[in-house]
This record gives sequence, C-alpha cells and structure tokens, in this order.
Amino acid sequence: MSDPTISMRVSVTPAGPQGMVTLRGDLTNLASAIGAVTGHDMPDTRRVSGGLGGGVAWMSPDELLLFCPHARADHVVDELSAELADMHHLAVNVSDARTVFTIEGPDARDLLAKLSPVDLAPSAFAPGELRRTRLSQVAAAFWMAGPETFHLIAFRSVDMYVADLLQTAAEGAVLGLHTPGR
Amino acid sequence: MSTRLAQGGRLIDRNTQLKFQFNDKWLRGFAGDTLASALLANDQVLVGRSFKYHRPRGIVASGVEEPNALLGLGKGAAFEPNQRATTTALSDGAYATSQNHWPSLHVDIGAVNSALSRFFPAGFYYKTFIHPRPFWKHVFEPVIRHAAGLGAAPKARDPDTYEHTYAFCDVLVVGGGVAGLRAAQAAAARGQRVLVLEQTPHWGGRSPVDGGHIDGAPVEDWIAATVAALEAAGNVVMRRNCMAAGIYDHGYVIAQEHMSGDGPRQRLWRIRAGHVITATGAIERPLSFAGNDVPGVMLASAVRDYVVNYAVSPGDRTVLVTNNDDAYRTALALKQAGLTVPLIVDARSEPTGPIVHQARQMGLSIRAGTGIAKVLGRQRVTGVALCTQAGEGTVTDEIPCDCVAMSGGWSPVVHLWSHTGGKLQWDAEGAFFFPDPARPPLGADGAVSVSVVGAANGDLRLAGVLDVLEEGPLEPVWMMPAGASGDKRSKMFLDYQNDVKVADVQLAAREGYESVEHTKRYTTLGMATDQGKLSNINGLAILSDALGQPIPQTGTTTFRPPYAPIRMGVIAGEARGAIFQPLRRTPIHARHQEAGAHWEPVGQWRRPYCFPRPGESHRDAVNREIRATRSSVGMLDASTLGKIIVKGPDAASFMDLMYTNMMSSLKPGRCRYGLMCSENGFLIDDGVVARLDETTFLAHTTTGGADHIHGHMEEWLQTEWWDMQVYTANVTEQFAQLAVVGPKARQVLEKLGGMDLSAEALPFMACANGTLGGIPARVFRISFSGELSFEIAVPASQGLAFWDLVAEAGAEFSITPYGTEALHVMRAEKGFIMIGDETDGTVIPQDLGLHWAILKKKEDFLGKRAQARTYMADPDRWQLVGLETVDGSVLPDGAYAVAAGKNANGQRNVQGRVTSTYYSPTLDRGIAMGLVRHGPDRMGEVLGFNTVDGNTVQAKIVSPVFYDPEGEKQNV
Repeated sequence: MSDPTISMRVSVTPAGPQGMVTLRGDLTNLASAIGAVTGHDMPDTRRVSGGLGGGVAWMSPDELLLFCPHARADHVVDELSAELADMHHLAVNVSDARTVFTIEGPDARDLLAKLSPVDLAPSAFAPGELRRTRLSQVAAAFWMAGPETFHLIAFRSVDMYVADLLQTAAEGAVLGLHTPGR
Repeated sequence: MSTRLAQGGRLIDRNTQLKFQFNDKWLRGFAGDTLASALLANDQVLVGRSFKYHRPRGIVASGVEEPNALLGLGKGAAFEPNQRATTTALSDGAYATSQNHWPSLHVDIGAVNSALSRFFPAGFYYKTFIHPRPFWKHVFEPVIRHAAGLGAAPKARDPDTYEHTYAFCDVLVVGGGVAGLRAAQAAAARGQRVLVLEQTPHWGGRSPVDGGHIDGAPVEDWIAATVAALEAAGNVVMRRNCMAAGIYDHGYVIAQEHMSGDGPRQRLWRIRAGHVITATGAIERPLSFAGNDVPGVMLASAVRDYVVNYAVSPGDRTVLVTNNDDAYRTALALKQAGLTVPLIVDARSEPTGPIVHQARQMGLSIRAGTGIAKVLGRQRVTGVALCTQAGEGTVTDEIPCDCVAMSGGWSPVVHLWSHTGGKLQWDAEGAFFFPDPARPPLGADGAVSVSVVGAANGDLRLAGVLDVLEEGPLEPVWMMPAGASGDKRSKMFLDYQNDVKVADVQLAAREGYESVEHTKRYTTLGMATDQGKLSNINGLAILSDALGQPIPQTGTTTFRPPYAPIRMGVIAGEARGAIFQPLRRTPIHARHQEAGAHWEPVGQWRRPYCFPRPGESHRDAVNREIRATRSSVGMLDASTLGKIIVKGPDAASFMDLMYTNMMSSLKPGRCRYGLMCSENGFLIDDGVVARLDETTFLAHTTTGGADHIHGHMEEWLQTEWWDMQVYTANVTEQFAQLAVVGPKARQVLEKLGGMDLSAEALPFMACANGTLGGIPARVFRISFSGELSFEIAVPASQGLAFWDLVAEAGAEFSITPYGTEALHVMRAEKGFIMIGDETDGTVIPQDLGLHWAILKKKEDFLGKRAQARTYMADPDRWQLVGLETVDGSVLPDGAYAVAAGKNANGQRNVQGRVTSTYYSPTLDRGIAMGLVRHGPDRMGEVLGFNTVDGNTVQAKIVSPVFYDPEGEKQNV
C-alpha cells in the first residue's frame, strides 16, 4: 500500500462479467413486470434499486437497466418478453456490451470528481443515487453501492482506456475535496 | 544596490537556505522567497531585455502583473518559457535564464533597435514591410521573428503531468484577501457551500504589508483566525496557489492550481458555481516619465512588498514619485527598515493628507508640484532629474539614487467581472474604472451571477473594514511632466512588455485610430502575456487626451480569459500517452495483436489493416490476403460494424422513412442492403438490414456510423415522430461479428456444426439463429466481397473463442485472416461503394447509380423531397463509373479528370475525380472508381487524370464492377 498522505486511498477493480438487460418502455406501466422478474421496486429518477447481480437502474425517462447474474441475462429477456407480451417495449441483453468496475475507498468520491462533471458531495450524491455521465472522454454511468463504494459501467470496447484512466487519476495527487481533513 | 536586510521578512524562513542559478551563476535565497525577491536579494536587478528595442529591463512589480521579469525556467525537457519571477516560488536548485537577449543579458546587439527607435514607430511593421509582397514571407518575417519574441518555445515533450477536477459550490469567492475572506465568512455563515480560491501561496492579500486593524485586532491576526475558522467549517473548501482564470456562462469557472510534490504539476478546476464573488483586489499603475523603464524603477507597492514580505531592499536610496497618498506608505516602510529616502517627489501641488503629515513628522523630505524629468542611468538607475510637473521638463536639479518607487494610483482588477459581460464605470476621484453595479453579469435566470467586493470594487482601502489612516485626494497624472517634449514622450513607456510608449499612442491617434481596440492592435499596447495589466489605463488615458475626449468615452479594451496565461498541458489534463484518446478494441483485439496486425485507426477503433508475415511488406500482405480469400477462404473481424435494434408496432413504417428503399416488405429472416440519406438528400450511411421478426429489425451501419446513426434515429423518434411506437437500442458492442469469406467458407463453418448452412436452408440474403460450435450465433448470408460469404454474430464474451474455432476449422483450407485494406480492395473489385470514399457529404445515391435502391413510389423517406430539387436532378452531376488506366498503373487518390480550358481563377477545368483507387491483385492492374460528368454515357472514353508532378495519366471509363459482374460466386 502506498503512502496514504501522498496518494489517494482508493482501489479500482474490474467487477467481472455481469448480467445486464436494457428495457425500454413506458416506465409508468413497468413496475409489476420489474417486480415479477427482478423482485425489486421501480427506481425513481436517477436512482437504483438493488445493485449488481440483482437490481434495476433508472437510465432515462423510458429506459431501465436490469442487473442479474451474467448467465441469466437471456432468461431475463425472455421473462420480460412474456410479462410484457401485450405491451410495446424493447428488452435486450447488453451484458457483453458493457464493462463494470468497482471503485472503493475513502477517496472514491474524489477519484470520480477528477473525471466526471458530477457533484459528488455527500449532500448531493448518496448511496442509491445514479448518474449517466461521462468519464473524461467516454460515456459512463455510476452509482454508490455503499458509503465508500461505487460501481461504474462503461462500454466494453473502451475497458482498457477506462482502467488506465482510473488508474492514472488514482495515482495523481490527493484532492481532498470530498474527504476534508486531508 | 539591492540586497537582503538583516532583519524582518514575514514570508521567508531564514533557517532554510536555497541555492539556485540565474544565467548559470549560483545565487542564494530563502524558503518563502519568490524567484524575483531572491534575485533582488542578490542585487540582480537586470532580468531581461525588452521585446522590440532590447532595452535593459528590471523587476517592476511583485505579483501577477509583472511585465518584465519573464524567465526561462529549467532546462532540457523541463524548460518552460515566460515564467513570471514574481509569482514563481523559489525552489532549491532552480535554474532560470533571462530571455530575449543576444549574445548576453548585459551586452545585447539588438539594443541598436533602441538607438534607432524613432525609425520604429507605431505600426512600423505594417508600414514598412508591405511591398514587395513576397519579401514579407521570405525575408522580413523570418528576420523579425528571429530578432523579436519573448521566450523560446519548448522543443521536448513536457515531463510534467496534469489533472483536472470538477467542483460544485453555491458561492465561489475569487481572491483570499481581507475582502474575499469576509465574503466567504458571510456565505459560510448562511450555510452555503463555499469555495475560496487564492492565486498566491498566502491568505490575506496586501493588507498584512500595509497593516491596520479589523474588529480591533491587527489585520494579520484577524486573517489567521478567519482562515482557521473557515477551514474548520464543514461547508468551506479553501485553496491557495489556485488562480481563477476565466468566468463563463452558467456559473462555469476555470481555475489553475499549482501543486508541489512529485505528482501532477498543476490541476485544472472546472467549477460550477451558483454565484461568483470576485475579490481580486487592485493593481498599482506606473507613472509615465522619461526612462520609467530603467532597471530600478519599480511600483511603490512592490518596493514595500519586497521590504516587508521578503526583507529585500530594492535600493539603498529610493526616490518616491507619486500622485497619491498611498505611495507614502512605501516611504514609511523604507524609513522603518533603516533605508534612505532622499526625496518624495509629489506631482500634486498641495499634498495634505494624514499620511503626508506623518511622513513629514518622520523627517522625510517632500517636494510638491514636482515631477521626474528623466531617470539617469542605463542598465541601472543612478539618479533622477527633477522638473516642475506643470512645465515642459526643464531640469531643476538631480538626485542620486538607485531605486525609484512610483505610483500613479490604483486600478481595480475588473477582469473576471468583465468576462461574462459586467460593465464598468469611471471613478473620476480615484481615476479608475470599477464595476458598475447597475450593469452586472447576469445568469441564465436573469439574476446577478457575479458580484464584486473590496478593492476590486473600487473600495481601495476597504473602508468600514480596515482601520487605517485616511488618504488625501489623488490627482490624475498621465504624463510627467504635463508638457513633456516629443523627445521625452518617446522614452515614456506605457507597455513594458511590448515597448509601447506615450509617443506611439499619440501617433496612432494622429493617424486616425480612435477605437481603443484598433489602437491596441496597431500599437500592440496591452498585448502579449500580461495583456496590459499595468499599461491599460495609462494607455487609454493618453489616447483620450490625444483624441480630446474624456476617458470613459474611450473605454477599455475587452477583458478576455484567461486572467493570466495557463499552460496548454493543464488544459489537456490527463489526456496524454495511452489515454490521449479512448482506443476502442474489438473482442478479438488481443488475437490480432499476437498475429502482428498492422493497425489502422477507424474512428476510435483500431482495426487490422493487414496481417504481414515476417519480412512481408504491407502491400504484399494485402495481395496475399485477397488471393487466399478469393481462391479458398479468408476471415475478417467485422465486430466494429454498427448494430441497432429497431423494435415496435411501427418499426416497419419507421424503417421505410429512415431508408430510401422499402424495408416494410422485407420478410422475417431475410436481409436487404439499404441506403440512408439526410433530410438534405445526401447519402450518409449504408448497410444490411435484417428483419428478425414482424416487429423487430436489426440495422447494420458503417463502423463510423454506429453512434451517430443511432442518434439520428432517436432524434427523429423523439422530436418529429414521437407518436410512432418504436424503440431502438445500439447493441454494436454486444456482439463480435466475423465474416468467413471465400469458396470454402461453407465447408469451414459446416465443420463447426449446429446449423444447416446449405444454400437451400440459408440462401443468399437470409439470416438464421442457432449455435455454431456450441456458441449461440446469428448467421447472415451476405457478401461485401463478391464471394460466398457468411457473417456470424456471437456474444462479445465468446468472440475470441469463436474466432479461434473458425481458425482451427479453417486450417485445412489455409484460412487467412484479412484486414481492412483487403476488404476495401475486394469491395472495389465488385464496384461496391464505401461511405466516406464514394461519398463526402455532397453525393446523393443517384450519383452512384443506386437508383434501384430509391423507392420513388414510397410516400416519403428522409431525403425524398430534397432529391426532387432541380440541382439534385441535374443531368450534369458527376456520376459513378469505373476507371481503368491505359498503362495498368494505379491512379492517384483524389486525382481530377482534367477538361479543356480554365476557370475564372486560372485553374484547369475538371470533369470528374477519383474516389477509390487500388491495385487489384485479382486483375493484376490498377482499378479505380470515380465520379465523372455524364460518366455512365461515356463508356470507353479515355480521360486524363492529373498527378502531383503536373503530368496526366490516361484512364478509360468502364463499368465499376470489375469482378464477377454476374454475381455467380456469391450466390452458391
């Protein structure tokens, strides 16, 4: 472990294969299908219910992202299709189109503050909150799974860029913006 | 001489001595010194040569406004030009060099320009070097560029690293002086989130130098207590060494933080502030007298800064010259430090304020109504010649001295206030512009977005806050003496950095320059790195006088970000090296890397251009890949192709609108090649559309089109056709897609097993789902090469495994991976167009002979109405043909077909151009496609195409389909 007074106290690790299903539809009519398939409540705007392996994230006014184990993603699509057979919707497995990282540590907020134009102050961004945003030059979404833990989703093709970017930022200087007293 | 005093210095640590080099001479300073204070402590007053006349120049100021002490720092890769000595903290082992001198700082050949300065008037370059025209580029400009200019551009890669950060706050306070700290205190007490930025390493601004009391406590104690309280508050972030460089719309503020230690050298802050308070203080103005640029002439405030902050005496004998009371504080500080002030030269006829009184009481000698006729000395002040301020400059007597402390009053720093449109008003009493509260910068909501406090607001002495002595009135002095002769005016420097004198601005006015903006460009007043921080007001006062109009009528030039220069490196931030740009990799990237692929950037993707074997040229590799594919079988990583799912009850109608041809008639399980046009009728993308079921389509786009075509679809759905029941999803990255191509393609895939790939089960332009080799696969029977061809999409996570399976199965047929160039050549051999080659944003499908793909009977599609315009239907539009050189050579890319005669610009007329050109190993000759006027009607005609060396190559117009025109090979 490097010297915590001069380097950021944060780790970045790939979260491995994750099941993810994009569901587009009229969100006001999806709650029961979501409940039936995932067991989670419909998230509010910019929020996430549950998390990796089982959960639902709000992505836009007509789009959700469902989390499940990687091997189950096609089944989730089938189950949604059955539940929503009479309703106009689009459910598609996007597990392999995404890469997921876990960012963990007391300086996790500061690390993301270096790369994303998001207000990460605890008063503005708490566990359960989700943002679709950008990470420097690429699209990304992230949410807090715990007080010092973020999960971040980006496109699979830029996984190396995202890993290098997070690593570079973590090896940069201590920011001390969201962790006062440093 | 300038030297270190034995005692004092509130910012230096005498226990930590630092060594540094200036022009390869070793000098000593203390921790806490700036480079400027350390140079002065070593009697290094001369620090550079001026831009135009190469006059000797010394340190003038003590802060960001310094125009002269711009040094080169570091050497080799770490070299940085134009660094202000006054804002650079001294570091141990620092290496600094002066700029703009040749051959040395003390002996400079360019100084002859100074002797000839009467021949270098304002606008000299414009006037002199206009004719003959070619001489400017080839003779004058190189010579001038060599002779003039500030620091040299660094040549090596920047060894420093940088980073960015985003920050959000309710209130951003710019400036950590007394006014800024009080504003922060108030905002913090209201419970707002506060960010306070101070550009220097110290809180408190100038007040600790001048003293006084706040709330009964000495100002330094008040600052320490206030900073401690703010730092302890949970809702305040405080940053020193962090300069707000610019304010933009919507509360967006850019700031540059300078950092110490081994990590990033600087950090760019990208701030969204609910409200900005600028507490940026004020900058003292020089006085315009002859020789006011001789090293040793300094701002009065800077002189006392060096004495009080750094215990540096700029001179043993300092003459103070002023038009205001504040400058008297410098005389008092010098006196208290035990230094000699032989005379206070006060341009005012009757200075009477309490500070003046105090100076008299301390025994200082004051001469009122007096000015400096000229400064004595060349490389260093040796004395001043005095005169009556009201007169023409007849010398009354001379006073020996080695430093002149001058003050022409103060100008509030209004830059940041002005960046988003805050207006100024003129304060006649203090002779300065300050923010007009009636015309502040407004935010998107119409509310005031920037407010200003303290000296930046014209409240120079922080009335009501700081308990200090009252000041008597200032008398504006724009020229000293008031009736100075032309000889003197041409030695009064307004802009030190650009060598602009009073005489230059007056000449510009005589020549008709009335606008202050034009005068700036003509004379270079207020240009370059300091942007006139010292010269602005003095210059426009002279201009106003010459034009016979009041100063507010002349106005100021525009204040633009950045406030002071910021590094290019910090703007780029972390984006360098491996993360300069995102690099997109297909799921099979690693295998291509192992195979020694030669990469081609396609957008942000890297795709293999070809797979050269050891010792093989790229050209030979491409030819081998094509021959192997056409004779047996090849395999291509086509994963980058865009893949967009379009689903819904209205999907078929939507697809009919997006594509020029009919998609609603496509049967599930079948594919169709389609064209997409913009609403202006121009071809923007193409690709194969597969209908997966009654309500679901899969649209393939070009590699570069995936994102913007998806955006294009969403834009139409969200803004125009919002009543359509259609959802789209970009699933490009969900799949790895492989093309298996060639006469043996079916045999290879059949070995994997799992699906019936026979011509009967999967005919040409069909698609089917199943598994191949145990991997879920969607197989498309489509061809971009003219060969029997299958494209197989598998989940990206299994792409690499599938690639390996195909390679293994194909080994007995010598299956050959091929890259983008072989792909391009094979499609050109078949006469297939490529978006970006045959199209350039001005080409419509009809130009490319694709009429068959435009369904006129459709009621509407994007581009239909535009294509009905007369210009689009013009038979003279250039149209696609094949081109065959008579000698078999390869036509140059982009070459024009020349025609008889010349156009209005004297250029040869043209009648066509090459859009794609390759060597075809299949035909063993050059083949090309091009757009030619009336091309399809001119089959067999030979045209001349120009080459770079001025010759022409003869090429015959032929059909663009060079290979297998009947299409028998792909349909087996």
